[in-house]
Amino acid sequence: MTLQVRDLVIEIDGTRVVDGVSFTVEDGQRFGLIGESGSGKSLTALAILGLLPDNATASGSIRWNGVELIGMPDRELAKLRGDDIGMVFQEPRTALNPIRTVGRQIAESIRIHERVGRHQARERAIAEAERVRLPEPDTIVDRYPHQLSGGQRQRVAIAMALACRPKLLITDEPTTALDVTIQAEVLKLLLSLVSEHGMSLVFITHDLAVLAQVATHAVVLEHGHVVEQGEVAKLLSAPESPVTQALLRDATATLWRPEHGRDEHEGGAA
Amino acid sequence: MPRRLMPRWLRALLSSGTGLFGVIVVLLIALTALVSAFWTPFDPMISDVRGRWADPGWPHVLGTDGTGRDILSLVMAGARTTVFVAVGSGVVATGVGVALAALGALTARWMRETVAVLVDILIAFPVLMIAMMISAVWGGSLWVVVLSVGIGFGVSIARVTRPELRRVQQSDFVVAGRANGLTTGQNLVRHLLPNVAPVFIVQLSWSMAVAVLAEAGLSYLGFGATLTEASWGTLLADLQRYIGVHPLTVVWPGLAITITVLGLNLLGDALREATDPTLSHRSAQVHVPVVVA
Repeated sequence: MTLQVRDLVIEIDGTRVVDGVSFTVEDGQRFGLIGESGSGKSLTALAILGLLPDNATASGSIRWNGVELIGMPDRELAKLRGDDIGMVFQEPRTALNPIRTVGRQIAESIRIHERVGRHQARERAIAEAERVRLPEPDTIVDRYPHQLSGGQRQRVAIAMALACRPKLLITDEPTTALDVTIQAEVLKLLLSLVSEHGMSLVFITHDLAVLAQVATHAVVLEHGHVVEQGEVAKLLSAPESPVTQALLRDATATLWRPEHGRDEHEGGAA
Repeated sequence: MPRRLMPRWLRALLSSGTGLFGVIVVLLIALTALVSAFWTPFDPMISDVRGRWADPGWPHVLGTDGTGRDILSLVMAGARTTVFVAVGSGVVATGVGVALAALGALTARWMRETVAVLVDILIAFPVLMIAMMISAVWGGSLWVVVLSVGIGFGVSIARVTRPELRRVQQSDFVVAGRANGLTTGQNLVRHLLPNVAPVFIVQLSWSMAVAVLAEAGLSYLGFGATLTEASWGTLLADLQRYIGVHPLTVVWPGLAITITVLGLNLLGDALREATDPTLSHRSAQVHVPVVVA
């Protein structure tokens, strides 16, 4: 179960936003896509699932387990989505349908791909909620997204993506919208679930500090081009491109930011 | 689990005062229409010249009109026309509205823009004027009312629902639904339509209420119901000629129209709030009165 992306080109209204991106995610590998916003990392992820917006076109090659995904009819792709490849989005506030209960949303992909009944689907949703360590799983499944905290919603999103035990999980900045303490919890949960099931992971982030905790290999993107790729350890110890060096500076700065913030605040108040 | 027997939205609907009123009115009208098909106190079409202009009492509970017909029976039979027009134009408006909104929001760009322009053109046509023109040329019938009001309001429903549908379609949970393997059709049924339902319901209940008014208005002018069909509009037109002599008789069909329109609108509003889980949980909270010392 490998994912091979070769010379991926994505054009939006004729403008190239991803230009010749290639990488390979081996079976069970935790792989990172890192770059600043606008570098094309999210579009690359959407292209893998065939979820690009109407005005965007992808060319090149994306092979999942040897099967070409670009140009595959949407009905065929829909069978892979959620079942073989799952995805978690950045913003848990908007990634859940506000008028459906949490349980029905978790059970959604189970009901699509496995054709189980309503009652059975609810039982499965409770089991899935328990797996992502949501509190009181048998009552939380009857609640609505607005009654949950941000971290809980992101756990629901993870449960949805993992409900059918995909072989590859794509996460697009899954912790960026969360508080720092919640970030660490969600990240830990994500990693433990990924290793428990031997899934491959494509982790998208702009934060090298987060990437270092998650992925073993990564590509660095800038303006739709791959500027550096290889083991994460090497990116951290000997970054070659200026982009990676800048990301590393940002990541180290993050560690000192509380101190910084206070200084600036006091300076502003005085 | 008893709380799962009744859907959450129905509980929310019945627990609000206006919602309960709307439900009762609509059920009452529907029941009256159903009963009148089999039984009315008197035959609404039989006149009794010696019993003209009877005051409300027994056996004519609401009195009789200028030809001695029983007003209660006429109002009951008129409910049938009202229900037919409201439901008929509601169905037509839903079909036209959903189809145009879906075409205008979910298809290829050229199609979306064509539909948007088409809707803007169609909305400029005055519905009642066209209904009157059709009736004047080809003869009036309730079907003309149902179709013209249904199509006319279907277009305005589409105009309001289309951008809403477009907004929901671009939200993350729709993309997430597709990422979970939903096909376009499944996404439409599970995520898109339920999320535009609140806007849609208000528009629909409003257009059904206007259909009731339009039927009464057109029948009043002689374009809607034929002479053999009882209608609140024709009844009102008949009776108001004698308003100086027998003012009370006009009240009954007028009251029936007013209450029906009010009930439909209140039901629509309450239904919108009841189907939105982020609003309805408020009713479960205890309101603490603020005491100003």
